[in-house]
Amino acid sequence: MPQTNDIVDINATIAYMADELRPLLIRQPVMIGIHTGGVWVAERLHRLLELPDPLGTLDISFYRDDFTRVGVNPTVKTSNLPVNFEERHVVLVDDVLHTGRTIRAALNEIFDYGRPASVTLAVLLNRDGRELPIEAQIVGHHLKLKKHQHIKLLGPEPLQLEIQEAHD
Amino acid sequence: MRDDLQFDGHGRLRHLLTIEGLPRQTLLDILNTAESFISVGEREIKKVPLMRGKTVVNLFFESSTRTRTTFEIAAKRLSADVINLAVAQSSTSKGETVLDTVRNLEAMHTDLFVVRHRESGAAHLIARHVPPHVHIVNAGDGRHAHPTQALLDMFTIRRHKGDFEKLRFAIVGDILHSRVARSQIHALTTLGAAEVRVIAPRTLLPMAVEKLGVHPYTDMRAGLHDVDVVLMLRLQRERMNGAFISSEQEYFNLYGLTQDKLERAKPDAIVMHPGPMNRGLEIDSAVADGPQSVILPQVTYGIAVRMAIMALIMGGAETATGGRRA
Repeated sequence: MPQTNDIVDINATIAYMADELRPLLIRQPVMIGIHTGGVWVAERLHRLLELPDPLGTLDISFYRDDFTRVGVNPTVKTSNLPVNFEERHVVLVDDVLHTGRTIRAALNEIFDYGRPASVTLAVLLNRDGRELPIEAQIVGHHLKLKKHQHIKLLGPEPLQLEIQEAHD
Repeated sequence: MRDDLQFDGHGRLRHLLTIEGLPRQTLLDILNTAESFISVGEREIKKVPLMRGKTVVNLFFESSTRTRTTFEIAAKRLSADVINLAVAQSSTSKGETVLDTVRNLEAMHTDLFVVRHRESGAAHLIARHVPPHVHIVNAGDGRHAHPTQALLDMFTIRRHKGDFEKLRFAIVGDILHSRVARSQIHALTTLGAAEVRVIAPRTLLPMAVEKLGVHPYTDMRAGLHDVDVVLMLRLQRERMNGAFISSEQEYFNLYGLTQDKLERAKPDAIVMHPGPMNRGLEIDSAVADGPQSVILPQVTYGIAVRMAIMALIMGGAETATGGRRA
């Protein structure tokens, strides 16, 4: 398996993302990570930024748009949003922004819990292949991959990126 | 007997008709999925969009309040449209057959039927005749099976007591007429229960009940000794057309769960009942409302478990394929 750690230094990238997020701290944001890789990245950002509110986690399985095709994965995690983010600023964190469908689902789920004042999207990797008009405000690293290639974050300790060749 | 009617050609769960023959992993998948649906009921908007645009018909040929209501809430929390039909009072009294009723509703593009019927095998009969895109959930057929009740019981046990392999169970009451007991026995043995006992007067025990892998007791105090979970059953007076018990007072004296009898069980044993309860007949109010009772949590969990069942069946229930698209 080709590793991308030689092109992306994950720790340095997350530190860079934290620096980019620092100006937002004045708005006392609430951070939410998307299962599973997004939570790992969010945990590190949450620590680096020393956010006072606990980290929220989101499993978007129940909001996927391909449910009738792939069904529910029984390993679905529970969403855990400990902080009432009604009228708060939310920083949503994911590992890879690809089609945009995960973020669409995450936004829908967030709004079923309450109405945030704003949502900022922060992703470790921004790759090509968008299918929806969704962009991240904070991007750790931009990456161009071939259509059949998928990039996956492995973790939680250590975090590692792996490029997978899809055969479909 | 394995019931292949429940699976499609790819081994995915398509109908839920009975626990009998379901692999352990399928039961665990349902319980695990239900865990994540619990949180949906606790938040501001108690709805997820999984079954948006789908139509669920609650087809009850036999009356029920709790089961029908929890199915209705479960389907609505999955964003489905729900229609409740109490067929007992409608077309069948005009001579329409079960299959005619179903075909008519199917013509209205129903996606999932929740079926309750007083005849054993009714849900199977319907499942055999519906096209591949229509799903059936058995909400109780005669004396045969009540799989969703058994699954919510398993969910309750796992939440309150943990690992089935370390636990001893006693199912008490009208075993003979109880579809709940039959489904509970299959679920408990599939999940590896250390011991399953059934406690009832001889007249309410099925012949050769030992073949199901349970230990029968006619003495309740002996049967309750050292158990971790007591599963009470409702005495189904409406199904009794003979002399099964001598008198209600004597039944309560011998088989009614009182605090005194419960003390034979482990001190931290839990008490369950599928409802509706006959207080003062199979269970004393002091126990039903006491600290060891988990009867009300059972009702709450019933919604999450039924959401999980419907979501898994409608979505094609692929077992743990993992991975999500970014």
